[in-house]
Amino acid sequence: MERRGMEQLAIILIDGLVYASWLFLISAGLTLIYGVLRILNLAHGSLYAMGAYAAASAVLFYFDRGLWPPGSYVALLGAALIIGIVAGPLIERGLLRWIYGRDPVYQLLATYALFLILEDGMKLVWGVNPYYAYKPYGLLGTVQLAGIPYPGYSLLLIGVALLASGGLYLFLHRTRVGRLVVAIIHDPEISVALGANVPRLFLLTFTLGAILAALGGAFTAPMISVVPGLSVEVIVLAFAVVVIGGLGSLEGSAIGALLVGVVRSLMVHRIPELELFAIYLVMALVLLFRPQGLFAIEEVRRV
Amino acid sequence: MNLHRLGGLILIALFVGLGLLLPGWSRFLLTLALARGLLVLGVVLLMQAGLVSFGQGLFFAAGAYAVGFAMRDLGIRDAFLGAILGAGAGLGIAALVGPLLARYRGIFFAMLTLAFSMIFYGILVKAYRITGGTDGLRIAPPTFLGWSPPEAQLGSVLYLFTLVGVGAMVFLIFRYLRSPLGYTMRAIRDNEVRVEYLGLSVSRALYLAVLLVGAMGGLGGALSAMSVGHVDPNLAYWTTSGEFVFVALLGGTGSVFAPLAGSIVFEFLRTYTYKYFPYTWQMGLGLIMLVIVGFAPGGLWTLYELIARRMSGWSWSWKRGA
Amino acid sequence: MNAKRWLWSGLILALLIGACVPAATPTPTPSPVPPTPTTVAPAPSPTPAPAGPTPTAAPPTPTPAVPGAPAALKIGIVTFLSGPAASPFGVPARNAAEVLIENLNAGKAPAPYDQKGIGGVPIQAIYVDEAGGAEKQVAEFRRLVLEEKVDLVIGYISSADCLAVAPVAEELKTLTVLFDCGTNQIFEERDYRYVFRTHAHQVIENVGAARYILRMKPNLRSIAGINQNYAWGQDSWAAFRDSVRKLKPDVQVAGEHFPKLFAGEYSAELSALLAARPEVVHSSFWGGDLEAFVIQASPRGLFQQSLVVLTTGDTILPRLGRDMPKGVVIAARGPHGVLAPKTPLNDWFVKIYKDRYVVRPVYPSYHIAQAILGVKAAYEKAIAANGGKWPTGDQVIAAFEHLEFETPSGTIRMALGKGHQAVEPVVLGITGDFDPATGEVKLTDVMEFPAECVNPPDGMKTPDWIAQGFPGAKCP
Repeated sequence: MERRGMEQLAIILIDGLVYASWLFLISAGLTLIYGVLRILNLAHGSLYAMGAYAAASAVLFYFDRGLWPPGSYVALLGAALIIGIVAGPLIERGLLRWIYGRDPVYQLLATYALFLILEDGMKLVWGVNPYYAYKPYGLLGTVQLAGIPYPGYSLLLIGVALLASGGLYLFLHRTRVGRLVVAIIHDPEISVALGANVPRLFLLTFTLGAILAALGGAFTAPMISVVPGLSVEVIVLAFAVVVIGGLGSLEGSAIGALLVGVVRSLMVHRIPELELFAIYLVMALVLLFRPQGLFAIEEVRRV
Repeated sequence: MNLHRLGGLILIALFVGLGLLLPGWSRFLLTLALARGLLVLGVVLLMQAGLVSFGQGLFFAAGAYAVGFAMRDLGIRDAFLGAILGAGAGLGIAALVGPLLARYRGIFFAMLTLAFSMIFYGILVKAYRITGGTDGLRIAPPTFLGWSPPEAQLGSVLYLFTLVGVGAMVFLIFRYLRSPLGYTMRAIRDNEVRVEYLGLSVSRALYLAVLLVGAMGGLGGALSAMSVGHVDPNLAYWTTSGEFVFVALLGGTGSVFAPLAGSIVFEFLRTYTYKYFPYTWQMGLGLIMLVIVGFAPGGLWTLYELIARRMSGWSWSWKRGA
Repeated sequence: MNAKRWLWSGLILALLIGACVPAATPTPTPSPVPPTPTTVAPAPSPTPAPAGPTPTAAPPTPTPAVPGAPAALKIGIVTFLSGPAASPFGVPARNAAEVLIENLNAGKAPAPYDQKGIGGVPIQAIYVDEAGGAEKQVAEFRRLVLEEKVDLVIGYISSADCLAVAPVAEELKTLTVLFDCGTNQIFEERDYRYVFRTHAHQVIENVGAARYILRMKPNLRSIAGINQNYAWGQDSWAAFRDSVRKLKPDVQVAGEHFPKLFAGEYSAELSALLAARPEVVHSSFWGGDLEAFVIQASPRGLFQQSLVVLTTGDTILPRLGRDMPKGVVIAARGPHGVLAPKTPLNDWFVKIYKDRYVVRPVYPSYHIAQAILGVKAAYEKAIAANGGKWPTGDQVIAAFEHLEFETPSGTIRMALGKGHQAVEPVVLGITGDFDPATGEVKLTDVMEFPAECVNPPDGMKTPDWIAQGFPGAKCP
């Protein structure tokens, strides 16, 4: 009995971790972009969906050529990078730079408009029929953990999330450009006064955020059938995680993702009736005690 | 002022006339637009204090389901009672969430309203023995103080009923915005700390505003539910709330009539984008939205103001000439 | 700046006025030849109405003169063209409608549908997106009837839309054929005059699935369910669970999972199912959710551990092909798709569909074919009964009630809801090997439960029928 209890706990934690990795991938870009650009990007989910579509196309193309199967992971990564590097600057230069400093409502509305446009745009490019790129999902086989089989791909997902967070940490704290980005997150005015090239850093950050979103989509693509409507579901989840963690804080969204992941997994295993509410309950509770989220950036109150 | 009165009278006559002249389907759209206009008005009201509500669907659904439950469980089919119950449900929920909401600003206010409406959505979906789940509840045609209008007239009667309800609410808000409380809202937007230094309670003013928005939203939900004849949890989904925000900006925040105008324009706009672009209507709406953000940030109301300014400028010079 | 503003404001205004102008058309005049105040097909206008860019124009065929017939029969077809339900349901249905109507108009269909169009009158279809929620659909329905002046409406996949639109169809006295929604409530809660449903409701395949698994596993001990958290999933699971426990009361429920609709990620639920080890797992997932579930469950061995029943499994067979796991129970909400009977009509339907869209038609395609062919059969029966003249709305309804007509899914009988609700048999099978020659998955242990076995008798509510132990059910 004791052993079964431990196994149960392990299963809950592993499931929570898998879900948290996914949540972190979809929310990290959003919080990074908000931290620097101060724009809550409602089209973040669209970047995720485009990443998923591109990755699915890339994987299908790859397997059609009959190439070495494990190489398909590189195709996933490549698709995400291409989407991020192409769509990111296009959106930032073409739309966002016109609305910096505007009333947040208009910024929300502009990105909402972008979301609507991209939603139909994706349908025009990829059609409405689903894309299946599930080959990479089965390639890694299964691992026996706590008495039940887990797909190796889930572990890969955890690895990707860890790599992404580690890479971001190193970039933000160990490189010159990264430190400038951190400076802007904490105090935009002083950074500008000190001579930071803001337009370039904005472009860079947005592209980075777009790559993260596309990466989340790309690594989700093999687990699902890629269909229109992916973006809507992701946006709310990502927002909730980001708000829990504190807008603009990467550490926050990592902790937020873990919290939501574990609570949700606990509910799936123990009280499945409440699963639907898990994320909102966590959010309401966190905001009740920390109105700005777990790791809020200090805002100056103007008198 | 007199000009305003005259304008108001013309507007009322126009709306009553429109309702009786228009074919059934566009009268139905107009009814819906007026009822939803109340929710949009709520968004605009909170915007006065610099707050954006992304959870108007909460009050919308509360009002609509109040009518649904009253009809199914209590056998209440009266439209007046339904409207009161709807407004009451909205008010009750606002009273519950209001104290919490009043503590938040900016994006956090938006997210928290969104979270509340999504929790409500979850409950509506989950408690399907009570709420009918996503299938929703059917609402029989309402009666009016014991009189049940013949089927052919029901649409017109509901339209007039909605018009009266919405008109009363708009008048109330009009007065509210010109009261000290209304001015406090704008002061909060400009500088909250100074408002506190003046000895006014910011949280009390905001709580009252949330109550008002809740009751108004509930009424809108009830009115819309009676016209549609069906309620489902989608009313509380975040995209419904997002639409209200969009309409608020489409109409503009310059006047209490702007949200209604925006709402009417939006309903017809959506119907025709549906008709002519069945595969890409979202893209059409998105493009229109971008045009508004880019070139007409005051919404459609800027148009009216421009015309009004031209007219008054013209009459002024004419007076001078005379 | 001001000039620019003016320019843009003017542009927006022009756009808006342009959008609103058609709204100012006068109220539709009532039908010129109303024998009774309740006609289904109002105002068959002598001139074709101005067509938007969407309707597929009907070819002007020389028609055998049916006196009093309109130039074309306008049908509003409402199905999901956007959103997550578009690709699994909406678009296969739209595709089937398109290809079927084209062939009917050209008179290329086999008997008994070899007459061109409907009674010689070409069909003109107007497609409308079902997205936007029940409120939007009520408005769209009114617009279709009053502005587009369609003669009838075929549509609705979402149960909420069906429930919301049906009373409006009564109010506007417009023949409306529901083609795919699942809820059993519609005709069990009230009677309708103008509303028909040419497919069986969702409960039957869950009753059929319960009977099927008890045939496969007579000593069944435990079941579990994973269904989407909305009415469809909740009702499906309740019907399955209650049926199984009515037929074999000692069966234990080892888990009931209701992930969010369109969640797409089921790792935690799968862990719970794998840890609980139920003998049978029931799922009414559809579309992307179903595919994601199969993709994620198959490497983890759920299909080996438990007998999994997928009540809409038919829709993913053509997509997963050789990657479909073996030993999964598949249903198709009736004898549709791969489970459809071998008849010339079905072979023809599959052929015209495959020639155009490459893949095989799935059950939503069959459902819309049933609706269109039902309308055709009803009209043509009414024309015959009317002495060769074009029928009134009442005559069409009289012909439609209790109608029996041939479809690719076999003979459909409008047996329930006072002749407005169809009954269908349920067919289930277990996935076997992939056949590279046909490109299809072979099914084994295919078993059919006739309509009398899985449908409640007329006038009885389905939940009561299950709770009372299926009175009147005639099973093989």
